[in-house]
Amino acid sequence: MPSLNNKQSGVMPEGFDAEGVTDPKQLKKMLREHKKAQKQSAPDRKVFRRILGYIFKYYKARFILVVISIIIGSIGTAMIPVILMMLTNNYIEPHTLGGGDTGVLPLWTFLIVSAALYLVAVCFSTTYNVLMARIGQGVLYNIRRDMFVHMQYLPISYFDRHLSGDIMSVYTNDVDALRQFICQTLPQLIISAVTLTALLVIMFVYSLWLLLIVLAVVGVMIFVVTKIGGASSRYFIMQQTALGKVDGYIEESMHGQKVIKVFCHEEEAKRDFDEKNDSLCRHATAANTYANVLMPVLQNIGNILYVIIAIVGSLMIVLGGKNVGLGNAIPGFDMEIIAVVVGFLSIAKSFTQQIATISQQINFVAMAQAGGNRIFAIMDEAPEEDNGYVELVWAKRTADGGVEPSDTYTGLWAWKHPHRAEGTVTYVELKGDIEMHDVDFAYVPGKTVLHDVTLYAKPGQKVAFVGATGAGKTTITNLINRFYDIEDGKIRYDGININKIKKPDLRRSLGIVLQDTNLFTGTIKDNIRYGKLNATDEEVIEAAKLANAHDFIMRLPDGYDTMLESDGANLSQGQRQLLSIARTACENAPVLVLDEATSSIDTRTEQIVQSGMDKLMTGRTVFVIAHRLSTVRNSNVIMVLDHGRIIERGTHEQLLEQQGTYYKLYTGAFELE
Amino acid sequence: MIGKLAKSVREYKTPSILSVVFIALEVVLEVFLPLVCSDLVNFIEGSSVPGMDTAITHNFTLLGINTGVSVTGALDAGAIGYVFAYAGMLIAMAGLSLTCGLLSGMFCARASAGFAKNLRKDLYYTIQDFSFENIDTFSTSSLVTRLTTDVTNVQNAYMMIIRIAVRSPLMFLASLIMAFMKNWFIALIFLGAALLLLGAMALIPRKAMPIFNRVFKKYDNMNLRIQENVHAARAVKAFVREDYEIQKFDTAATDVRKDFTKAETLLALSNPIVYFIMFVLILTTCTLCTVFIVNGQTDPNFHTIGGELNLGDLSALVQYAIMILMSMIMLVMVFVMIVMAVESARRIVTVLDTKSTLESPEGGKTEVADGSIEFDHVDFSYAGDDEKCALKDADIKIKSGEVIGILGGTGSSKTTLVQLIPRLYDVTEGSVKVGGVDVREYDLESLRKNVAMVLQKNVLFSGTIKENIRWGKPDATDEEIVEACKLAQADEFISQMPDGYDTFIEQGGTNVSGGQRQRLCIARALIASPKIIIFDDSTSAVDTKTDALIRQAMKESLPEATKIIIAQRVSSFEGADRIIVMDGGRISAVGTHDELMKSSPIYREAYEIQNKKSDDEEGNDAVAE
Repeated sequence: MPSLNNKQSGVMPEGFDAEGVTDPKQLKKMLREHKKAQKQSAPDRKVFRRILGYIFKYYKARFILVVISIIIGSIGTAMIPVILMMLTNNYIEPHTLGGGDTGVLPLWTFLIVSAALYLVAVCFSTTYNVLMARIGQGVLYNIRRDMFVHMQYLPISYFDRHLSGDIMSVYTNDVDALRQFICQTLPQLIISAVTLTALLVIMFVYSLWLLLIVLAVVGVMIFVVTKIGGASSRYFIMQQTALGKVDGYIEESMHGQKVIKVFCHEEEAKRDFDEKNDSLCRHATAANTYANVLMPVLQNIGNILYVIIAIVGSLMIVLGGKNVGLGNAIPGFDMEIIAVVVGFLSIAKSFTQQIATISQQINFVAMAQAGGNRIFAIMDEAPEEDNGYVELVWAKRTADGGVEPSDTYTGLWAWKHPHRAEGTVTYVELKGDIEMHDVDFAYVPGKTVLHDVTLYAKPGQKVAFVGATGAGKTTITNLINRFYDIEDGKIRYDGININKIKKPDLRRSLGIVLQDTNLFTGTIKDNIRYGKLNATDEEVIEAAKLANAHDFIMRLPDGYDTMLESDGANLSQGQRQLLSIARTACENAPVLVLDEATSSIDTRTEQIVQSGMDKLMTGRTVFVIAHRLSTVRNSNVIMVLDHGRIIERGTHEQLLEQQGTYYKLYTGAFELE
Repeated sequence: MIGKLAKSVREYKTPSILSVVFIALEVVLEVFLPLVCSDLVNFIEGSSVPGMDTAITHNFTLLGINTGVSVTGALDAGAIGYVFAYAGMLIAMAGLSLTCGLLSGMFCARASAGFAKNLRKDLYYTIQDFSFENIDTFSTSSLVTRLTTDVTNVQNAYMMIIRIAVRSPLMFLASLIMAFMKNWFIALIFLGAALLLLGAMALIPRKAMPIFNRVFKKYDNMNLRIQENVHAARAVKAFVREDYEIQKFDTAATDVRKDFTKAETLLALSNPIVYFIMFVLILTTCTLCTVFIVNGQTDPNFHTIGGELNLGDLSALVQYAIMILMSMIMLVMVFVMIVMAVESARRIVTVLDTKSTLESPEGGKTEVADGSIEFDHVDFSYAGDDEKCALKDADIKIKSGEVIGILGGTGSSKTTLVQLIPRLYDVTEGSVKVGGVDVREYDLESLRKNVAMVLQKNVLFSGTIKENIRWGKPDATDEEIVEACKLAQADEFISQMPDGYDTFIEQGGTNVSGGQRQRLCIARALIASPKIIIFDDSTSAVDTKTDALIRQAMKESLPEATKIIIAQRVSSFEGADRIIVMDGGRISAVGTHDELMKSSPIYREAYEIQNKKSDDEEGNDAVAE
């Protein structure tokens, strides 16, 4: 199947060398390193376009309103120095210098105009703040939701390739970085941009010379920001690495604290810790020094600018220099130099303040970019493909022993199989007959992990897989429910190629008890009902009884309504397994895949779990991945796997007679895992 | 609490203090700057008005104080000298302020990073001295949080305290004083506005905090759902529950969105209050100044409320108004941050305050005579669970060199019993003797070196196999390591690994199988040739044959050592001199296999269940995992 081949390779990033990798876990590690290497190159600038895309998609009108509010508010604030200039020019100067009585009109004008400007600024800033809170949370909600929804439809290979901690970090840290960016940085950047523009225009209007001085000093500031900021972020990365090492060491040694005590290893542990802790301290000092120094430097450059303007202004006055500005040509904008100088002093302050503000936001922009990249990388993952068209439907028996569709649940199921060429639909009874013919499979193209696997499971039969770690037991079951697609060969389910069956319908027909119990926060009832969402309480109890879980559930204080903590942390291992079995029992699927848990539980509990499993298996086609040979003995057929090949097959008695690998396993000479 | 934390500052006291000193200097300079500027503006004021030359006197003032030097008439080339004098002074001040800023930043970084280092170290050292009982009271994850997130929070708060909590009040005071020097009436208005702002700002967090607390809970809940979903991806797909999961997530995410919007709207609405006060103050200042400037010189009424002002004073006062308000805003922000860090600080101090419940006695015995063990009517209950006796009247003598098996169901206190031997916990009543001496009289390290225990929940540490084995004996030669691994039946698989004994073990030992991990842990315990060896269910993942081989090898190489084996598999007791059957915290029976088959129903049941399936197969144990 060349098309499947392509799909497999499409999952791998380009330039990734997967030579010699057969195990998904190992693969996960290699991919993580590869990803790390790639992450450092070529940041994607489209990220911001996509973030803005989200804002515009859901909140276009409101966001435009925000921008308008910001523009009006910022211009209003920027105009204050101008008003002050006018007050100086039209009122204070004439009065103090005896230039004649101008009346109090200029003072009143000043008061009213500036009060109005402030009021406008306050109103619009409130507007944009409130709007932005809504937009920000709304956009974050949509991003989270899109990401989560998309993730639900990703193939299982995605989860095998990525560490759950890494995925979680996207939902928490990266979305948080976006929150900071959307709610704070973005509006702040717009404010700064508008204010700077407005101030530039004002300066341009009133004095070209002073404008040039301001620009020159700002040039210096930008230079300093890039230099110090660059060093700062370099050291911050080093600090993060050192912090990661310390955190990793802490985590490891806290988990092994009892072992440390038993071996009296405390002093060594302290020494190792000190070494890492000291290195972190050095890097943190460097990183924080640069970060702490940036603000005073910018502030004092601002102060120097203030001084320069005062001096140059004075010199212009003293030497009678000519002020050149657009304003000189416009009546009413013409001003005395002293007024201009006073105005410029506060303009220069605002100007440098805005630059300092921007410099503080740079880190957040970088973080948002990195976070956004990871978020959109999840959304861009190719979802699981499903070209199936055969559906699972309720059925009832016809007079001639066949099946036909039914409107009600009868306990009978059928595959609804449309034949496009003939335009007909046939119904095939769901029996649980599974055949594999010459199946080859590779997690990584070229590295086949299953070779020529052929097997038949008749309805009601029990097929067991045994073999060492990595022999391919779990892989076979991954193929039956199409968590992965085969490379070559055929798998037929009741005579239908499973590629033609819709994946959800295929999986619904297969009950799985996984090795990891994977329970959810919620009541016990909820957890059992996970197998069949509309199960009645009676059905839930029925399933629990079948799985031998009823007794222990009834002993819990709240019985079936007992809340489970995450993954059933408040239950014992054996109890979790029983719930997991009950959940599958509730689903009541005709075909079962059982992946036994490996952890050790005491003999009596193991007995109970075993008998629960046995009851569940009655009357169904079952595939068992066995870790205890005791489970295997009464199977109809046992497949012994080794390096992806079936090397022995037969019943327990037949295999013992052969005195081959199974015999060795059974007599305890080999480890099973 | 603060005193406890302050102890961790130690050698970083000097940088901390220097940082504060330089910040104070910087503040003073920063406050003087507008004053000198206003002098300058006042000096040059008026000269640009033509025809008014003669009437004006330019006073050369410094920091508002008249120096007596003055220039009368229009400013000309001669007055430029004074202008440059101002300029030089201003630039020198900016330079000084810059230097102070740089130094304070540097010292502050050193102080806060160093403080964090010491705090982390103190915490870590305290935890190292914890007894098992102490470790049980704190969960592993909570200790990790305290050492990582909580320390970072406190470090940030420390930096904030040095930088802003010191700077803001200073800035506030200095600016206010300067303003008073200029004009007391206006300064009073500043003070009033500052207090108003402080009140308003303090109200906001109080309103917002409960909402935020609620939001964080919902946020955690949402993340929990995501985490479960990611962990259970196989279950979700196998049960075709994608849509159900999306629906569950959406409920949680909508909740978060709703509450977050509410909280942020509240904060957004509080913003204008701050702005409003600030704008009103600036406007008032400008207007009042103007009125004072214009009328102050002529109208005697104004002299009583501050006297005359001029243009330079106006710009200086506006600056001070902004400085005062900004320092208030910063103060409140810092306060909120510090409040958030208090919870972290409290958690840290709880650990620092915890005294180890178990200490090595002064001058304890360092020699363990032999491997004999005696439980003398021992009662034991775990801390905080005094009513429930985990161990009741355990009374047994074990001879040196004996092989003892322990069997019992979950919760029967098998582990509790053996943990008392290397004194991981102290008995509540009675006594435990090793080599004829109460374990409480031994030097702890000597006792534990002689009593090797392979824990049930055992871990390997990241590092090579060799490094891991050396835990048991730091000065072990390579030969000794190989020897120990051969004993533990680990040599064979180690030799097959590409890097042999130098193979790197990942954190948590994830790159070796469960059975291999257990054998490495056994080798680590055996290398020190202890007098007593305790296996707490340590071969559960090892196949029966290897299990037997390990026991055989131990018998041959360490014949003197007392061996205690806890197991679920009856076959693990093969070759044991005696087997102890535990039930509900009591020793229910002791004896040989044959005796127990007769006398102990618990033992008999376990034996029969495990051997039922292989009755017909030459007595092999069918449980091979």
